[in-house]
Amino acid sequence: MAGFLAWIESRIPMMRVANMHAIQYPAPRNMNFWYVFGFLATIVLVNQIVTGIWLTMNFEPSAERAFASVEYIMREVDYGWLIRYMHSTGATAFFVVVYMHMFRGMIYGSYQKPRELLWIFGMLIYLALMAEAFMGYVLPWGQMSYWGAQVIVSLFSAIPVIGPGLVEWIQGDYVISGATLNRFFALHVIALPLVIVILVFLHIIALHEVGSNNPDGVNIKHPKGSLPDSEKTPYKIHEYYTDKYDIADDVVPFFPHIVLKDLVAFSIFLFAFCYIMFFAPELGGKALEHPNFEIANPLKTPEHIFPVWYFTPYYAILKAVPNKLGGVIAMFAAIGFLFAMPWFDRSNVRSWRYRSGLHTTNLIVFAIVFIFLGYLGGTPQEDWKIFASRIATIMYFGFFILLWIYSKNEKTKPVPGRIPL
Amino acid sequence: MSEVSADANKSAKQSTTRANVAALESDNSRRKFLTIATSVVGAVGVAAAAVPFIASWQPSERAKAAGADVEVDISGIQPGQLIRVMWRSKPVWIVRRTPEILASLSDLDDRLRDPESEVEQQPPYAKNEYRSIKEEYLVLVGICTHLGCSPQHLVDGEFAQYAEGVPEGFFCPCHGSKFDMAGRVFEGVPAPYNLVVPPYMYINDNTILIGSDEELA
Repeated sequence: MAGFLAWIESRIPMMRVANMHAIQYPAPRNMNFWYVFGFLATIVLVNQIVTGIWLTMNFEPSAERAFASVEYIMREVDYGWLIRYMHSTGATAFFVVVYMHMFRGMIYGSYQKPRELLWIFGMLIYLALMAEAFMGYVLPWGQMSYWGAQVIVSLFSAIPVIGPGLVEWIQGDYVISGATLNRFFALHVIALPLVIVILVFLHIIALHEVGSNNPDGVNIKHPKGSLPDSEKTPYKIHEYYTDKYDIADDVVPFFPHIVLKDLVAFSIFLFAFCYIMFFAPELGGKALEHPNFEIANPLKTPEHIFPVWYFTPYYAILKAVPNKLGGVIAMFAAIGFLFAMPWFDRSNVRSWRYRSGLHTTNLIVFAIVFIFLGYLGGTPQEDWKIFASRIATIMYFGFFILLWIYSKNEKTKPVPGRIPL
Repeated sequence: MSEVSADANKSAKQSTTRANVAALESDNSRRKFLTIATSVVGAVGVAAAAVPFIASWQPSERAKAAGADVEVDISGIQPGQLIRVMWRSKPVWIVRRTPEILASLSDLDDRLRDPESEVEQQPPYAKNEYRSIKEEYLVLVGICTHLGCSPQHLVDGEFAQYAEGVPEGFFCPCHGSKFDMAGRVFEGVPAPYNLVVPPYMYINDNTILIGSDEELA
C-alpha cells in the first residue's frame, strides 16, 4: 500500500496538496461559527452540481416542453420531486450561506490588506451565482420565470443607444422566447457552473496564500525569526508556510480540527435544509413563487412581479429610483460598492472587536437596511414603501460613504499581537 | 612573436564578444518585435473567431420572419371603422376616430385610472391626450392588460350599458374591463393598465409601419 502511494506521489503530488491545503494548513484556533459558511457554501455547490446533472436527464429546454418536463420530473420520475427540491432549496441555501459568509468578512475585516483579491474573487463568485440563479429560475418556464426574465432582461434596454439592440441579442428574439430559454439553459448548466468552479478554486488558492483571517483580526504568520521557539505552534505545519514565516502557537491544522467543527455546523445546517426541503420547499412563495405553477403566458402579466427572495434588496433599490436608467445604475452600483469594500475602509484594524462603536453600529444598521430592502422589494407596492425604499437606498450607500469618512481617523482599541485566550 | 599573437588573439576574442553582445541585442529587439507581432495577429484571430459566437445570439432568420414589421394601408379606413392586423402573433387594431369621439376624450379623465398615460404602455411619441401620432388614427395592441383576452369594440351607444354616457369604447368580455377610445382603462375594473400602443411610424400619409419607429425614437 505504502509502495503504491509512493508510486502515485512520484507521479502526481496528491499528498503534498492534501498536506499543504488541509492536513498541515494553519487555521487560527479562534475561528468561531461565522467561519463555517465557506465550508457550507462548498457543500451546497456540490449539491447543486450533482442534483443539477440529474435534473438535466429529464428536463427539456424548449418553450413547448420545459414546463411539462418539470411536472414530469415532479410527478413521474422516481424521486424526481426530491432531486428538484434539493436543487431549488439548495439555491436558497446557497444565498443564505453566501450572505452570512460575506457579512462575516465585513465584521472581521477579512477584505482588508492583504486580502483584497480574495474579497474580489468572492464578489465575482457572488455575481456569477446571481446570474446562475436568475437563469435557473427561468428554466421551468412558469409565469414568474417568464415575467421575471422580462423585467430583468428589459433592464438592459435602459442603456442609451445600444440598449434595445442588446436586449434583442440577449433574447435571441423580439420577446423572451424559446430561443432565450435554450441559451439560458446552456449558460446555466455549462458555462456559469464552470466559471463558478474556477472562481472557487482561485478563491481558495488566494485564501491559502494570504492565510485565513480570524475574529480578532490578529496575524498568525510572523516574520521569519521573530518568534522564540516557545511561541511557535507545536503542530506540524507545511513547509510552504513555515519556510516563509514563523507560525505562532495560535493555530490548529485545518484537518481534522476545523473540518470536524465544520461538520458539526453541517449537521445543524442539514436539519434546517431538510426541514425546508420536506415541509416548506416553496418557502411561502418566496423560493418558488406561486405564479410559477402556471405555464408562461406572454399575453398575461401576473398581478405582482417579484424576483426570488435573494434578489429583492436590489429590486427595491431599482424601484426606489424614479428614473429607469438611474434605477439600473443604482442597482449595479449597490453591488459595485461591495466590490470596493477594501478601499472604502481606510482603517488598518480589521475586526469590529477592536474598532469604534460607530463602526459596529454602521455594520449592524447596514445589515438591517439590507434585510429591510429585501422586504420592500419582495412585497406588493404601497405608497409608503416607495418613500421607505428611497430612505433605505440612501442608507445602503451611506454605509460605504460613512465608512470611508470615519475609518481614516477612527478611534480603535489596541490589537493584541497574539490571539487572546 | 608569441606575445603579439596572444594580443591579437585577445583582441579577436574581445571583438567576438562585442559582436556577440550586439547580435544578442539585435536578437532581443527582433524577439520583442516577433512577440508583439504574434500577439497582435493572435488577438485579431481571437476577435475574428469571436464574431460567429457573438452573432449567433442574434434573432434567427425564423425569429426575424415571425417578428417582422407589418405595413398597413390605412387609406381605405372609414371614419369610425376599426381594422385588425396581426403583428408578432398579436392582434393590432387601427381605428379611425371621428372628431366627436376625439373631442369627448378629455371629458372622461376623472373616470380613468391613468388618464395622462403615466405608465409606460406606449412609446414616448404616443404619450399624449390621444395616445397616437396623428390624432385621427389610434393604433393599439388589442389585448386586455388583465388576462390577455381580446376586448370588443362597441359602437353606436352599445358601450353606454357598461360606462354611463359613453357611446363608444372597448369592453373585455372575459372579466369586464373597460377602455375608452384612446385605450385608457376605466377605474374599478380588473385591468391594471391602459392598452399597449405598439411602436409604429408613418411611411407616408396612407401607410403605417407597425413594429418600427426608427425615425421617431
